[in-house]
Amino acid sequence: MIQPHDSVIVRTFGHIVIPVAQLFGVYVLMFGQYGPGGGFVGGVVIAGSMIMAILIFGIESEDSVLARKILHGDGVGLLIFGGVGGLCLIGGGEFLNYSHLSIPGLDETSRHQVGILLTQVGVAVDVAVTGVSIAISLSFEEDEISQDEVTD
Amino acid sequence: MTIEIPLLILLIMTAAGAILVKDLISAVFILGSYSFALALVWALLGAVDVAFVEAVVGAGLATVFFLLTLFRTTEKDRVICRPPVPWSAIIGLPLLGLLLLYGAGDLPVFGDPTSPASTVISPLYLENSIRQTGTPNVVTAVLMDYRSFDTFIETIVIFTAGIACALIMRKGDK
Repeated sequence: MIQPHDSVIVRTFGHIVIPVAQLFGVYVLMFGQYGPGGGFVGGVVIAGSMIMAILIFGIESEDSVLARKILHGDGVGLLIFGGVGGLCLIGGGEFLNYSHLSIPGLDETSRHQVGILLTQVGVAVDVAVTGVSIAISLSFEEDEISQDEVTD
Repeated sequence: MTIEIPLLILLIMTAAGAILVKDLISAVFILGSYSFALALVWALLGAVDVAFVEAVVGAGLATVFFLLTLFRTTEKDRVICRPPVPWSAIIGLPLLGLLLLYGAGDLPVFGDPTSPASTVISPLYLENSIRQTGTPNVVTAVLMDYRSFDTFIETIVIFTAGIACALIMRKGDK
């Protein structure tokens, strides 16, 4: 596993930059309908901030608790995306045809807006979880396995 | 127009440097600067969304993944015993390049208003997206609404990549 960094400069820098990066990721995700960005980029920025927390403070520390918790959500983003498509099916339309998203009190354009926003959130969650998961997989060292084999 | 030529020269130089340098950590960082120059090229061409993705993924996330991979292996590029290049490759690859150049001659010029893409499908999206989807950013409207099935499949691909990495490399984890 990754050891925490012991430099004061790096730790202070991380405490300042990581919340800003997470806020910027959420901003990019939510602003994707009006400017450059969207679900994929927002998810990558959020994943990058959490990977930075893991690399600076270590996987076991309190600062990377979000990265540990998010690992259990593998597949949730895909479920959100597919769930929006399923809601469109229930509403009587084709898969991912947001005109049939059965939300009362919304006209057709607003249904498309809600559908785009929800699917973007799904993509962002999926990309963020996958990024953190791949980073932890790559940094996983096989010390524990080799020690087990030695004791056996 | 004047900034494009130095940018393209920088692009070729960083791409060649990432291959030629022996220290692999230097190669990873040169590759990151290559992605950053490529993002500037995309931004010059007006594709701001693609530039954003290139800067974040190519220069940010991919660099971290390459570095984490390097820490598990070795940092120096050791020369492996390479077999000699076969004659079929020496003759065949230039011919393939000539064939590709001949085919590229029939492609429409960049920004051509009479090309099929900008006469049929682009005006359809540009005129209808704000009325049908209420989304000012046409790229998001195309990705998430008109072509949302493609995005769904791409999300499945990313999910599969994460699952496969965890299955292969986290063997000792419960």
